[in-house]
Amino acid sequence: MNLRVLPAAARRPASRDHSGFPDEALLALVAREDEEALAALYDRYSRVAYGLALRVVRDPALAEDAVQEAFLAVWRSAAGFRSDRAKPSTWILTLVHRRAVDVVRREERRRAVPLETTEQLDAYGLATDEEIELTDRRRLVQEALRQLPDEQREALELAYYAGLTQSELAERLSVPLGTIKSRMFTGLRRLRDILAEAGLDEPLAEL
Amino acid sequence: MEQELIHDLAAAYALDALDESERREFEEHLASCEQCSEELVGLGDAAAALAYVAEGPAPPAALRERLLDRVHEDRAPNVVPLRRRFALPAVASFAVVAAAAAIVLGVWAAGLSSSLDRKDAIARVLGDPTATSVSLGQSSRVSIGKDGQAVLVSRLSTAPPGKTYEVWVIPARGSAKPAGLFRVGRSASPMLLSRTVPEGAQLGISIERRGGAPHPTNILFVSSSA
Repeated sequence: MNLRVLPAAARRPASRDHSGFPDEALLALVAREDEEALAALYDRYSRVAYGLALRVVRDPALAEDAVQEAFLAVWRSAAGFRSDRAKPSTWILTLVHRRAVDVVRREERRRAVPLETTEQLDAYGLATDEEIELTDRRRLVQEALRQLPDEQREALELAYYAGLTQSELAERLSVPLGTIKSRMFTGLRRLRDILAEAGLDEPLAEL
Repeated sequence: MEQELIHDLAAAYALDALDESERREFEEHLASCEQCSEELVGLGDAAAALAYVAEGPAPPAALRERLLDRVHEDRAPNVVPLRRRFALPAVASFAVVAAAAAIVLGVWAAGLSSSLDRKDAIARVLGDPTATSVSLGQSSRVSIGKDGQAVLVSRLSTAPPGKTYEVWVIPARGSAKPAGLFRVGRSASPMLLSRTVPEGAQLGISIERRGGAPHPTNILFVSSSA
């Protein structure tokens, strides 16, 4: 089999060429306007990103918008990414979450939707080989969440998945704002420590 | 807001649970508070981990297409296009590599020093928007900064036992000069080439006996001029 050195620009962005690159390298390439690198990052994180956005906005079309806007933000601001301030995966998922929350806060209808916690939303089975790692990771975070006191877990889940502000959350749960703040703060710190102990600090498979 | 109270907003900020004015206020504070910036690194990771629990269906394929179309349109018009690269047949058969471990792995940079200087140089080249990018086959890519410093990122399969990959800088006139050895590993660390790449030079990757060779004996990939 003869391999030819193909000009990258002649190909439709496809992540195959970049799929083994570490997140940092992909982001550095994205900062140089490498479309294939962006495609590779999308392929690595779009499943999680879309799941997250859908969970927050509860509408497929709005979820797609949030994911698209977030990855466009990755594309446009990759040069400003600071590796001493965040892991690439955290940075990307933070952008996705921020967009989803911004979308849902513009939508009044979420206020009528009952709040749910993770225990009630567990319907999507993941089966294919490439998704096993995601499933493992999901299980690890779920186990970590279970180790938190109920009030702290509830505060984290409702803040993160329902896109509520701390004031809205206090109102919805009929507890003082200061209580919500301290539940979120104590809960997130504890979650951080549990996850660090469990070793959840590797990026998704770079295969 | 009192200082201890605003520090406490780091978690709410990481969870996006602040309203717009609270968010702005915290970001102003963050710019000057090293303590919060540091705390936010770990809190941000913990908040982002919650994303994995929100698993849902796969996104529609059309979303990927739409995004990549937008990205393509979005490319700044004033960016200097990369020089056109030529298709060159590889000199050697890919079978040598294919016969090695079937798993696709990243670069393990042999002897890669962990010195900060080298890491800095790698970060500088990979972060340089004006750097040139050169493909070496479909699995490797070299970024060349303005000063000629070059970084290889490769996901070639592991070199067979007793063998190593060797990178070459091939000047427009003169013979190929060795620029570094690598086998491969999952970490896919970017490797700083031990030699700068002058304008008009080509790059090559060969497979050699472990320890490398003074001249390439079994070239796998050659780039066009850098």
